Amino acid sequence: MPLRSDIKKVLVIGSGPIVIGQAAEFDYAGTQACRALKEEGLEVILVNSNPATIMTDKAMADKIYIEPLNLDVVKRIIEIEKPDSVLSTLGGQTGLTLSMQLAKEGFLDTHGIKLLGANPETIDKAEDRQIFKDTMLSIGEPCIPSKVVESVKDALEYAEKIQYPVIVRPAFTLGGSGGGIAYNAAELHEIAENGLRLSPITQVLIEKNISGWKEIEFEVIRDSKANSITVCSMENVDPVGVHTGDSIVVAPAVTLSSKEYNMLRNAALNIVQALGVEGGCNCQFALHPTSLEYAVIEVNPRVSRSSALASKATGYPIAKVATKIAIGYTLDEIVNAVTGNTYACFEPAIDYLVVKFPRWPFDKFVYANRTLGTQMKATGEVMAIGTSFEQAMMKAVRSIELKLDSFNLPKLQMLSDTDVVRLLKRCDDERIFVVYEALKRDIEIGKIHNITKIDNWFLSKMQNLVKMECTLLKKELTPELYMQAKKMGFLDKTIQRLSGEDISKKQYASYKMVDTCAAEFKAETPYFYSTFDEENEAAQFLEEHKTDKKKILVFGSGPIRIGQGIEFDYCSVHCVWALKEEGYEAIIANNNPETVSTDFDTSDRLYFDPLTPEDVDSILETEKPWGAIVQFGGQTAIGLTKHLEAAGVNILGTSAKSIDEAEDRESFDALLAKCDIPRPEGKTVFQLSDALAAARELQYPVLLRPSYVLGGQNMIIAYSDADVEEYMNIILANGIENPVLIDKYMMGIEVEVDAICDGTDYLIPGIMEHIERAGIHSGDSISVYPAQRLTEANKKTIIEYTGRLAKALHVIGLVNIQYVIYNGEVYVIEVNPRSSRTVPYISKVTSVPMVDLATRIMLGATLKSLGYETGVHPISDYVAVKVPVFSFEKLHSVDTMLGPEMKSTGEVLGIAKTFDEALYKGLVAAGYKIKHEGGVLISVRDKDKEEVLPIAQSLENMGFQLYGTKGTAAYLTGHGLHAEAVNKISEGGFTVLDLLESGKVDYVISTSTKGRQPAREGVKIRRKAVERSIACLTAIDTAKVLVDCISLNRNIQDVELVDITQI
Amino acid sequence: MSEQKAYLLLANGQVLEGKSFGVTGTAIGEVVFTTGMVGYQETLTDPCLYGQIAVQTFPLNGNCGANSEDFESSKCWLKGYIVREWCETPSNFRCEKTIDAFMKEQNVIGLYGVDTRQLTRIIRENGVMNGMITTEDVYAKKEELLAQVQTYEITDAVKTVGTAEQKTYTVENAVHHVVMMDLGSKASVLEKLLARSCNVTVVPYNTTAEAILTLNPDGVMLTDGPGNPAENVEIIETVKKLVEAKVPMFGICLGHQLVALANGGETVKLKYGHRGGNQPVKEQSTGFVYVTTQNHGYAVVEESLDAAVAAVSHWNVNDKTCEGLVYNNAPVFTVQFYPEACGGPRDTTCLYDQFVTMMNKEGK
Repeated sequence: MPLRSDIKKVLVIGSGPIVIGQAAEFDYAGTQACRALKEEGLEVILVNSNPATIMTDKAMADKIYIEPLNLDVVKRIIEIEKPDSVLSTLGGQTGLTLSMQLAKEGFLDTHGIKLLGANPETIDKAEDRQIFKDTMLSIGEPCIPSKVVESVKDALEYAEKIQYPVIVRPAFTLGGSGGGIAYNAAELHEIAENGLRLSPITQVLIEKNISGWKEIEFEVIRDSKANSITVCSMENVDPVGVHTGDSIVVAPAVTLSSKEYNMLRNAALNIVQALGVEGGCNCQFALHPTSLEYAVIEVNPRVSRSSALASKATGYPIAKVATKIAIGYTLDEIVNAVTGNTYACFEPAIDYLVVKFPRWPFDKFVYANRTLGTQMKATGEVMAIGTSFEQAMMKAVRSIELKLDSFNLPKLQMLSDTDVVRLLKRCDDERIFVVYEALKRDIEIGKIHNITKIDNWFLSKMQNLVKMECTLLKKELTPELYMQAKKMGFLDKTIQRLSGEDISKKQYASYKMVDTCAAEFKAETPYFYSTFDEENEAAQFLEEHKTDKKKILVFGSGPIRIGQGIEFDYCSVHCVWALKEEGYEAIIANNNPETVSTDFDTSDRLYFDPLTPEDVDSILETEKPWGAIVQFGGQTAIGLTKHLEAAGVNILGTSAKSIDEAEDRESFDALLAKCDIPRPEGKTVFQLSDALAAARELQYPVLLRPSYVLGGQNMIIAYSDADVEEYMNIILANGIENPVLIDKYMMGIEVEVDAICDGTDYLIPGIMEHIERAGIHSGDSISVYPAQRLTEANKKTIIEYTGRLAKALHVIGLVNIQYVIYNGEVYVIEVNPRSSRTVPYISKVTSVPMVDLATRIMLGATLKSLGYETGVHPISDYVAVKVPVFSFEKLHSVDTMLGPEMKSTGEVLGIAKTFDEALYKGLVAAGYKIKHEGGVLISVRDKDKEEVLPIAQSLENMGFQLYGTKGTAAYLTGHGLHAEAVNKISEGGFTVLDLLESGKVDYVISTSTKGRQPAREGVKIRRKAVERSIACLTAIDTAKVLVDCISLNRNIQDVELVDITQI
Repeated sequence: MSEQKAYLLLANGQVLEGKSFGVTGTAIGEVVFTTGMVGYQETLTDPCLYGQIAVQTFPLNGNCGANSEDFESSKCWLKGYIVREWCETPSNFRCEKTIDAFMKEQNVIGLYGVDTRQLTRIIRENGVMNGMITTEDVYAKKEELLAQVQTYEITDAVKTVGTAEQKTYTVENAVHHVVMMDLGSKASVLEKLLARSCNVTVVPYNTTAEAILTLNPDGVMLTDGPGNPAENVEIIETVKKLVEAKVPMFGICLGHQLVALANGGETVKLKYGHRGGNQPVKEQSTGFVYVTTQNHGYAVVEESLDAAVAAVSHWNVNDKTCEGLVYNNAPVFTVQFYPEACGGPRDTTCLYDQFVTMMNKEGK
C-alpha cells in the first residue's frame, strides 16, 4: 500500500534529554523519521525538550517546539497545530509513553488523530508484564518463570516459590531503572521497594534468575501486510545478567548453529506477528548454553539503542523504514537506499563482524559502584567493524578513549594470579580486561568460562590476541608476522612496543564497504571500514567517482560521555551540510553508532573507524583530502590536531599552534598578559608538595585540575590541605604527562560566550550567564541567554575581551570563552578554540547558524561577506534557559553534589518571552516537580547557612514544612523560622534517612564541605533523595531559583508555547 | 592451523593465495558464493552444490564445528570450500569436530585466508566461473592448469547425486502416499513430508512415469538437485507424462525447472545465481513477501511458458525472476526456492501443507 492519503500533518514526539538508557540514538532515529516524512511531502510538527539535537533543527521539521515533554504540553501543541497523526515509536520510551497516554485517555480519538507506528494493544502486549506473558503463552513462546507483583510482600512470597536469586524488573522504566538481582529476602525487600516506587504503574516483575545463559537479540521489521524480516541478530559477549546496554555485543550472533539461529529467528517473527507490530521491534532472548531451551526476555516494539546499532552494523536504515511503514508503505515498496536497486524487504547479509563496546562514566565517577547488572550504566558506546572478532575488538578498545591500545590494563599486571581469579568473579566494566589478564597468565579457558559464563568462542578469540602479543614479544618481527598482527587489529605503535623493533615497511589499512548484501549487489553508498587486505574498495570508489570537488575530512567526537555529548554530533553534521552546500566533498570519520553523523547518507563518504592517529593516517592515505576539520568533534578531534599538523594535513580553521596556545598554561598566560586580560591567579605543579605550597600561597579555596581535560574531569575545589592531598593522590595514581593547574577560586557570576571569528571580525551570537556561581561546571549549571544580571560595563568588557582574544589567538571558526565576574571585575577562566556544548542551543534561539557560518569562514568567507557585523548580535526577543539533566538514579554511590567536575548527561531548554517563564519551563522539562505544599529538608554547611535563610523563609511563607539536621535546624529556628530538627544518620533514632523514606519531604537542599566518598553523611542524604526520586538541590543558587519559581505559582497550562521556527 | 599455501586459480587467469584446510591436492569446480551467515554445515553437505566450489561471504565459519545431526545429505558433494577464516576452537554443545576434521573425512579441499569479499565481487561482476583450488604451485604450469579449468563442465549431476535405489519410508497413521523423485535432494525434504503423515517412496531419477504411476501415488514430489536442468532430457519426458496423468505434483528448485521444461518452457543461467538465506520472494496471490533460502544457478524464463498453461505464483523482489509457478493443465505447482530450508529461514514450509491440501482435494 502506498502513502496513506489521510495523512498530511504528523506530530513527532522526541525522547527528551540524554540520560543513561536514552541517548543520541533517538536523535538519530528521530532525524531519520523527520527526513522520511518530509521526503513524502508531509508537514512535520516536532516536540522535544532537548536543544542539542539535530532533529530540533529548522531544516528537520516545519514547526518545532522545544518544550517540556509532558502530557499537558503535548496536548496543547496538538490543539494549536491540529496534526492528523502522531508518530509514537521513534522517540524512545518517552515518546512512546506519551503517545500511549494520549491514546488511552481518548484524547486522540476526540481530536480525530491517528496513532502511527504502534497501537495501544501492541504496546500493552509488549510492556505490561502480565499481558506480555499471556501473549507469549498463547503463541507457545517460552518465558522465564516470573510473576507481576504490586507489593513487596507478594514479591517475597513468589521468590520463595521459584527460589533465589531472582531478578526484579520494574514496569515502564527507562533502561531498567530500579531493577536488580536479589540473592536473599533482605536484598529483594530493598530492590522491590525501590522498583515499585520507580514504576509509574507500581508494578515489578519477579523473575527466575537465568544469569549465564546466552543473550541473543533480533531486530525485526514488520509491515501492515504482515511481511516481516529480521534485520540483524546480535549476541552479547556478556551472558544474561548484564544489561544489553552494558554488554559487549557482536553482530551477527556467532556462536549459534543454524538450528539455534533459526529457532530464535522464528520465535522473533512469531512474536512480532502476535504483537501486531508495524515498524521496528527488538526481541531479546536467553538461550541455554547446552540445550535448545530458550526464553523470551523482553520485547521493545519501537526503535531503540539496539536498532540504531543494527542499522549501523548492517547499513539497513531501520528508523527510516519504520517511518515509511507507519505512513502506509509496505516493505516491498521501499527501496533499499544502500544498494539503490533492491528493496527493504530482505534480510541484510553482512560479510564482517561488528563489535559494540560500551563507554562507562567511571573514569569521572571514581566512587561509583561499577558492578554491572540489570540497570544500565554506560553513557554511550562505540562500534567497530572488522573482518575478524580480534580485529573488531582491538578497534573497539582503542575507540572508547581510555588511552588503551590493547586489552592490557596496567593496574592488573601487579596482581597475583589468585587476585585475578577473584576479580573474574566481579562483573564490572573491567571484566574483559581481567579475562585478558587471566588468559595471559595461562589460566585455563574452562576455568574462566565457569566463572564468567562467557562463551568459549569469545574466550579463545581473546586468547588469540594474547598469543599474538606473546609472539610479538618473543619472535622476530618478520613481514608475515607483522601482517598477521595488523589483521588482528594491532596498531604499529603496539607492535613496535611489544617487539622492540621498528617497522620497516608500514602497511596502511585498506577499506571495505558496508553494503547490506555481502557484495551480492553493487552498492551505491560509500560507507567504509578498514581492514588489511590487498583490495581497497574506497580507493576504487574514488577512482570511479572522480570529481573536481575538494575533499574535506571532518572528525567526529566518538562515544557519548559526560562532558562530550550529542552537541558535537550536531556540530559535525552541520559542518558536513555546510561543506556540501559550498561544493566540497565532505568525509566523516567517527565510531559512534548512535549518531546522525554516522548515518550513511549524511556525508559524501563515511569511514566508520577508530579516531587514533594511526587509524586516521590510513584514511588520509586513501583519501588524500585537501583539508581536515577538527573544531567540531570535541576533545576527540582536537586531540588529533598536533598529529595532523605533523603529517602535513591542511587543518582548516584555527591553527594547531593556536589550539595549543589556549591549552598550554604558560603560553596562555603569556597571551592573556599580551591582551591585558586578567585571569584568576594560578600555578602549575607536578608534585604534591608543590601543590600544597601553591595552594597556600594562592590561599584557599583553590581550583585544581589537570591541563588538557574535558568536562572538568578530575577537577575540584580544595578548601584545605587535606583536599589537595586527596585529589593529588588520585590524579598522580594514573601518572600524568601534563601538569596540574592550581588556580585561585573566585566565587562570582560565571558568564559564557561562543563566538565566530574570521581572523579580523568576530560575532558573538549571545552572552550567557550561569545561575550558579563559578565553581560548578558550566555543563552542570543552569545557563541563561541573554544574560540577566550583568552591568552594561561588564557586557562591554566581555565583548571587548572576546574580540581581543579571538584576534590574538587567530581564531578562524568557533571559540568558546568562560568568564567570571568577581567584585565587579571580569576575569577569563577558560578559552576553548572549538565548538562547545552551548552552540546548538544558542544557534536555535538567536537564529545565527553558528556552525554553518564557522564552516564557511574556514573555507575563506568573512563575516562581512556572509552579512554579519562585528560584535554582539542583537538580542533575541526570547529568553532561553538551559537546565542540566542528570542520571544519578542509574549510578549508585555517586555523590550528586555539583562541583567543578561535570556530572550531567544531558540538558533541556525552556524558551519564553520572560526569564521567569523560561526558567519555569526549563525546570519542568528537566523533571522538577513544582509543588506548592509539602516538606523541605535543609542540611547545609556553615558557610551556606546565611544564604539559605531567605530561601527557607520563602518556603515557610508558602506553607512548606521545614526540616533540618540539627545544626541547620537550630540556625533556622534561631532566626525565627519553624524547622523540625532531625537526627543525623550517625545519631541514630529517627534520622534524616527515615524522614526521606516517610514520604513527607518533597525537596532537599543539601550542601557539604566534604563530598564524593559514599560513606559521608551528606552523600548518604543526597543518595537517599535520588533513590526516593526527591528533587535534591546542592547549590544555593539552584535552590533559590527553584523557590522563586515555586512562588510564582505558575501552571503549565498558562505558559506560551513557542514554535522556534518563528523566532 | 595449517600454514600450507593453497591457491585459487580462476578461469579468467586470476590467482588468489591463501592457506590450505581440509585435504590437500587439487580440485576444479564452478565457483559460486553463498551469503548465508549461519548454516555452513548445511552448505557443506548440500547436494545442489555438486561440482561447485562454494565461497562463504561471511568471514567466520565453523564456529560451532560439525555435528552429525545437521547434515543435508550423507556426504559432501561440493568440490571445494573457500572461507576467510575457519574456527579451530569451535564452541557448541552439539559440536563433535572441527569443520577441518569433517572436510578431511569427506575428502574436501579447502582454502582459507583469502579475501572472500574480493572473490565475491569478481564473481558478481564476471558471473560464475570455473576455478581450481590446489595446494600445488599454481604458477609453474599455469597455462596448462588454466586450460583444464576453462574446459571443466558439470555433467551427470543428477545421476551422480540422486539416489540409486528405490526405498519406502512409512509413518504411523499415514494419510497419503507420496512418490518422491530424488534428483539430489536434501534430507529435510523427506522429513517435511513424513511429518505431514505421508508415506514416502523415494525413487531414482530414471524411474519411468509408468513405474511411478504403478506405485499408486497420491502425489509426486520432484526434489531439488544440482546441475543444468536442460541436461535432464529423460526426466523431462517422465515429468511430461506425469503432468498428462494429472497426478498432484509439487516441484522445488530443480524440480520446478524440470516441470517448466516439460511444459515447453525454457531455463536460463543466472549471472551469479541466488545462494543464501535472505532472498525476498513475493507471492502473487497475497502480495506477501517471504524471506527464502535459495541455492540455484538457473531460472525459468517466465515468457517462455504459455500463459494458458502456467501462471507465475512467486517472483524475486530483487531481480524479478520467476520463483514459482502454478499450472492450469494439471494439479501442479512448483517453487524455485527451498520451502523447507533448514539452512535458513522456515517461513515457507506452509507450501508442504498446500501440497497436502492439494492431495486431499484431488484424492481418489
